[in-house]
Amino acid sequence: MRKVADRTIIEQLKQQIEKLQGNQVHAAEQPSQIGLGIMENAFPGNVFAKGAIHELISNSAEEATCTSGFISVVLGKLMPNTGYCLWISTVPRRRIFPTALKGFGIDPERILFVDAGKTKDTLWAIEEALKCDALVAVVGEITELTFNDSRRLQLAVEKSHVTGFIHRFKPKTENAVACVSRWKVSPITSSLSDVPGVGFSRWDVQLLKVRNGKTGKWQVQWCPNGLEYIAPEQIIIQEIDERQIG
Amino acid sequence: MSRRIAVIWFPHLVTDRLLRKQPELKTQPFVLVMTERGRRIVKAVSIIAQEKGIHVNMVLADCKSLLPELIVLDYDETEPKKLLTALAEWCIRYSPFVSIDLPDVLILDISGCTHLWGGEENYLEDIHKKFTAFGYTVRSAIADTIGTAWAVCHFGNNASIIDTGNEIKALSTLPAAALRLEPAIIDKLDKLGLKTIGSFMMMPSTALKRRFGQSVLKRIAQALGEEMEITDPVEPVTPFQERLPSLEPIRTAEGIEIAIKNLLQMLCERLQREMKGLRKCTLTCYRIDGVIVKTEIGTSKPSRNTLHLFKLFENKISQIEPDLGIELFVMDAPVVEELQSSQDALWTVSGKDESVIAELLDRLSGKTGVQAIHRYLPAEHYWPEHSFKEAISLSEKPSTEWRTDLPRPLHILPAPELIEVSVPIPDYPPLLFRYKGTIHNVKKADGPERIEQEWWLQQGLYRDYYCVEDEHGSRYWLFRSGDYDSGNVKWFMHGFFT
Repeated sequence: MRKVADRTIIEQLKQQIEKLQGNQVHAAEQPSQIGLGIMENAFPGNVFAKGAIHELISNSAEEATCTSGFISVVLGKLMPNTGYCLWISTVPRRRIFPTALKGFGIDPERILFVDAGKTKDTLWAIEEALKCDALVAVVGEITELTFNDSRRLQLAVEKSHVTGFIHRFKPKTENAVACVSRWKVSPITSSLSDVPGVGFSRWDVQLLKVRNGKTGKWQVQWCPNGLEYIAPEQIIIQEIDERQIG
Repeated sequence: MSRRIAVIWFPHLVTDRLLRKQPELKTQPFVLVMTERGRRIVKAVSIIAQEKGIHVNMVLADCKSLLPELIVLDYDETEPKKLLTALAEWCIRYSPFVSIDLPDVLILDISGCTHLWGGEENYLEDIHKKFTAFGYTVRSAIADTIGTAWAVCHFGNNASIIDTGNEIKALSTLPAAALRLEPAIIDKLDKLGLKTIGSFMMMPSTALKRRFGQSVLKRIAQALGEEMEITDPVEPVTPFQERLPSLEPIRTAEGIEIAIKNLLQMLCERLQREMKGLRKCTLTCYRIDGVIVKTEIGTSKPSRNTLHLFKLFENKISQIEPDLGIELFVMDAPVVEELQSSQDALWTVSGKDESVIAELLDRLSGKTGVQAIHRYLPAEHYWPEHSFKEAISLSEKPSTEWRTDLPRPLHILPAPELIEVSVPIPDYPPLLFRYKGTIHNVKKADGPERIEQEWWLQQGLYRDYYCVEDEHGSRYWLFRSGDYDSGNVKWFMHGFFT
């Protein structure tokens, strides 16, 4: 009996802490899973954190592409039919090919690309965009993000409930920031049973940090049916002697 | 008081305009031509060329044989209308009712206007003087009706004034063509020996109608004032402009803020009345030391929201230097567009969202520039760089579907980058390639997907695209440009797959 009481007290305290951290859930908004599968269990309440800032780090052009792919998949889940998203990048970095976005379940015309000039302007633009509650999500592509800047962004989304993705490409240090999570997405060898050729996109998705949740590591495949998890035994690091050409 | 009409005819409207722009052509014969059914037809002739026997509707080849040194320029069909409208707007100083009659006539309703110039003679003289100074050849006439004035202007003495009641006398000696009849009827009249208007004007109307149709009767009645002729006057465009003179010179940011707010209020009220929204707005501040300070804002969607527009100006206030003080603020909206009044009802939530986003974009573009914001729509092209196009506005809908049947990389390089490859046999994907100093061993490959140049857009070599995966699982989009037969083969990296 004592233990049960303790547990409820701890639960209450946890909720209070969540509130203090600005993660309170809207009363009108019933939190429900957005359709990412078991990955969502890593978050508190087993629901992907909407209305928060997620940080993604990539260290090479290949990783950056997979990270963009992963962001696109989540965006596709967040704005299935309506809504707009702002994709803000520092000038020379934006490489998104709009035509390919459709393959990730988003209408490319619902994404507005902004090429802000310097890092300072980009951060300003991201903050302004995050304050606009008419948007569903904001993707920011930058290199460096200080703790103070990340705090500003977090404060902006606490009011507007816009979901933010900060994609950091080759940051100097992986410094601590006030985002709810930190992801790393990298490519892994695709596999097609029987037929030669390149298979569906496969990624190694690592959730390195998550506030009040459990970190995790998954191997997923993006195919026309949606996101599929690859069971560990299925991952065969193939030693291919002959090249497969299709 | 009877109606008085002035008709101004520009016999060389287009060529006079060209001479105004290019005075060096003055001493040379030139023609303006347009292609009609495969032939180059002369549409306008300069005075010098006309003297050499070239006239409108001649074929260019004939003109060239007559006059080899003839200069040939292109004719723009819309030019006469644009020119006449501009001239008509200018002529509003002479009369509030100015209408245009294509291709080269202005009709002015001058009832009660001429006394300001001291009579009709002086009035016409002034018009002639002004237009001649501009370089236009003009002929004009004043009469009670458009028909008579037109006839006298084209076929009578220049600058003649026909008094009330003298129409029949003035018309009777003029040729039948002066009645603005169709060429077929004129030919018929000519064949019958009815060369002047006087020779058939008094014939019984039943006979005229039977032989030449209703139009002859109508034109005679119009010329004599028995039938009213209605014209469509040009409406002068009042610019969207508001002025705010200040009692004392304004020197503070607060003062400027108040001025902007007041001006926006006035401007937006008018926009609201006319169901319009502004796309561009300039604020001109006249300082007491004679310096003019200008700032400009632009919006991505037509807007008449005072608060939003003020926010856009707010960022610019710091750039306005009041110095000794500003005595006059002028706000212009040079670009306005139609904007239906919005309805803030439940079912237009998405529309409201859109306007909120548009306002956000305005704020962003105020800092980064409009060219920094892009929205893409599908375009029907296979060539990857052409497969999407920029949308002009937030509400523009895609006209075609996005294609998803072919593999396309999520990240694309701004320009393809040259790579070094090792290929076993032609038309095979590479065994390995070197990109930015790193060697990638190709383990899996798909392709080739050949994309040909769109010859109507650009020339060049086709591309054979391969989608390859290296030993680390990274997937790339490579292409070979050109074929091995030509010996001019290059490989490029174009994108990264997820």
